[in-house]
Amino acid sequence: MNTAFPQTKTLLALALAAGIPAMSMATDIRVMCYQDGIECEVTSAIARRFEAQNPDVKVIVDTVPYKSIVEQLPVQLAAGQGPDIARVTDLGGLSKYYQDMTPYLKDAKYLEANFGSTLPWLRPSAADKGIYGFMSQLTMTGPYVNRTLFEQAKVPMPGAKATWEEWIEATRKVGKATQTQAALAWDRSGHRFAGPAISYGAKIFDAKGDLTIDDGYKTAVTKFVGWHKDGAMLKEVWGGSGGSTYADSIGEFKNARVAMVLSGSWQINRLQKDIGNAFDWVAVPNPCGPAACTGIPGGAAWVSLKTSKAPAQVAMFLEFMAREDNYAEFISKTENIPAHAGLAKKGVAYPTATPAARAALGVFSGGVASLAPAAYQFQGYKYNRAMMLPTVARTTQAIVGEISVDEALSKIAGDMADAVKQAQK
Amino acid sequence: MPQGIPPGVPCSCLHSCKYDDLSASLPAKPQLQTLIPPMRLLAIFFNLFEPLFKFAQRVLGHSRIGWMFVGPNLLVIAVFTFLPIVINVAYALTGGVNLMPAQRPYAGMENFSILLECRDYLDLQTCRKDVFWRALFNTVRFSAIQVVLMVLFSLVTALVLNRKIIGRGFWRGVFFYPVLLSPVVVALIWKWLLQTQGVFNAVLVSAGTGPVEWLTDAQWAFFWTIFVSIWAHMGFYTLILLAGLQAIPKDMYEAAELDAASPWRVLYRITLPLLVPNLIVVLVLALIRAVQIFDEVFVLTGGGPGSATTFIVQFIYQTGFAEQIHLYGLAAAASLLLAAGLVILTLLQLRLTRAEQSGQRAR
Repeated sequence: MNTAFPQTKTLLALALAAGIPAMSMATDIRVMCYQDGIECEVTSAIARRFEAQNPDVKVIVDTVPYKSIVEQLPVQLAAGQGPDIARVTDLGGLSKYYQDMTPYLKDAKYLEANFGSTLPWLRPSAADKGIYGFMSQLTMTGPYVNRTLFEQAKVPMPGAKATWEEWIEATRKVGKATQTQAALAWDRSGHRFAGPAISYGAKIFDAKGDLTIDDGYKTAVTKFVGWHKDGAMLKEVWGGSGGSTYADSIGEFKNARVAMVLSGSWQINRLQKDIGNAFDWVAVPNPCGPAACTGIPGGAAWVSLKTSKAPAQVAMFLEFMAREDNYAEFISKTENIPAHAGLAKKGVAYPTATPAARAALGVFSGGVASLAPAAYQFQGYKYNRAMMLPTVARTTQAIVGEISVDEALSKIAGDMADAVKQAQK
Repeated sequence: MPQGIPPGVPCSCLHSCKYDDLSASLPAKPQLQTLIPPMRLLAIFFNLFEPLFKFAQRVLGHSRIGWMFVGPNLLVIAVFTFLPIVINVAYALTGGVNLMPAQRPYAGMENFSILLECRDYLDLQTCRKDVFWRALFNTVRFSAIQVVLMVLFSLVTALVLNRKIIGRGFWRGVFFYPVLLSPVVVALIWKWLLQTQGVFNAVLVSAGTGPVEWLTDAQWAFFWTIFVSIWAHMGFYTLILLAGLQAIPKDMYEAAELDAASPWRVLYRITLPLLVPNLIVVLVLALIRAVQIFDEVFVLTGGGPGSATTFIVQFIYQTGFAEQIHLYGLAAAASLLLAAGLVILTLLQLRLTRAEQSGQRAR
């Protein structure tokens, strides 16, 4: 029997079987996404529409915990691995891993025109003009207040230009009257701390542009430690952990253990969903210090990464995401503040937001104008973590009585200098 | 002919013949046919390597052929155990925040000197990396207290569980059960009990007293890290000691009973001396585990309040991975210092074991 022909047929069939998927194989783009609310779900929905229009590209959205973005992504990127796109918050710190999309963009001017004020946050240096991604949303740090507790305590809420001292006094009265565990709490974060610090006069940068611990910063640390010692601040949030581990205070707010928290605009969706009708809550403008009434801007950015083998498709997808209609959908559904100048000017409708959430979005959006210049500069600074992290660790040590405030300040300065020195090597 | 030897194979060949001789004497075809199909496939598969083994034996010789078999294992150990140690040393001797060793500038002993630099070694505050020293001090303090209590409680529990008590099997299960739980689960359970609005404080408040800062007060937090780690691991050590107790010959106790020895005398003269080998194992294992403490404490207290429960492994983790500016060199240097500590403990174990063995020989 001649077996040559069947063998040839088999080989042909195998070749075809192997070839067909190869011919129809789409380019995969992996997106590493974390979410405070439903950001990754909305991104997936937009990605499906993108795929329908671009059948040769498949977008896989991997939803990961925020901790993975902070701890694992940098290690992956340093090892030359990683996704094609990531949603990051350490905007400057990871900039050396970003891919400049400019050569692949159809309309780079659109991104320049609408995200121009925040594009420098993603650039590795001031001289660089590349486009590495865009902000998925703007955030702003700021306080939330439990209005029901204020009403029950019959204490009037301080006004828009009230100082931190006035708020401390008012929440202290509320706490006493309503028997909450403490008057207020701040997220355990150096980023959150920086707002009040600037309000108390911290310049953050010296004349040479290096990080500095000045008198304003010292005042803020001293006051903050003092508020813990006198029981105004809930000790568990900062004192409950070691090192610079992040801990938010929203859980304490939702459980009405405090009358006020310092957190940020990204919590609106969570508050709306979790608090429901349990009590009335409001976002209030950042309280004032002697120098300013500021929070810290920030947000997350979609960035194109050098590890991608398909930079052109990555740029295509990010351009699609940045398109005004898609961006508006993302912002509207996730209830965030837009970083898109055109959209911000037109205004965003938040159909799913409750009146409280809508009011809070208004407060935060309105607060953008009152942000101090140092707050913007700090947010865009590549090594801002070098100041944020020791602030948390050392201030906590002072709060629990391990070291004095002066020692804490000296240690913050030392740790900061060491970290910057190592990062610059 | 012994059972299992294929027909036609001379008995002497099974022990002393060279591989060549053995394979030559085995009738391959009839043997394969007697095997069930999967085994036959397996035999055919292994027969494929026969030429390779023949070649290797010819090249290496009969005495060195063993290296070929242990080679793959040695390679795995070299790649996954010794290479990481070498890489760790490389990180410890370099600086910067880059991950790839080739991109890291050589720093010599700088990382070690940063860790060990103090103006006054009696005042931690004067140390450049005071948290390292605090973590070290906490680890020593934790190990000293926890190991002593762990051995003591394990011993007492084993002695009780070795007696004929009602529901002995149940009680053994009760004490061993926490060992089966993941350290993270253990820590979360205790966190829910101990947090400010946890179960313990709910009981205290309902009893009319105020809540206690179980986890935000430094002393209480340290106490609970010791308590929880003993609670979680005591069952394991109890089991080792229980096995030791049951290995003590019964006639020793019968002889003591005939001599009307008091229970204390029996404990000091018979039980404890014969339990020494197990006690040494427990002591060394508990000590090594205590020095490496991390997981349950990290979940329970996060190393806080402040640095009250920050131990050396957490310091390494935070320095190298948790902080957003990753100081791999510093973390690697700290881990080498920890390794040095563990080597000392291991040498101590060897010395104790040898002393015990020579003591036994002398007896």
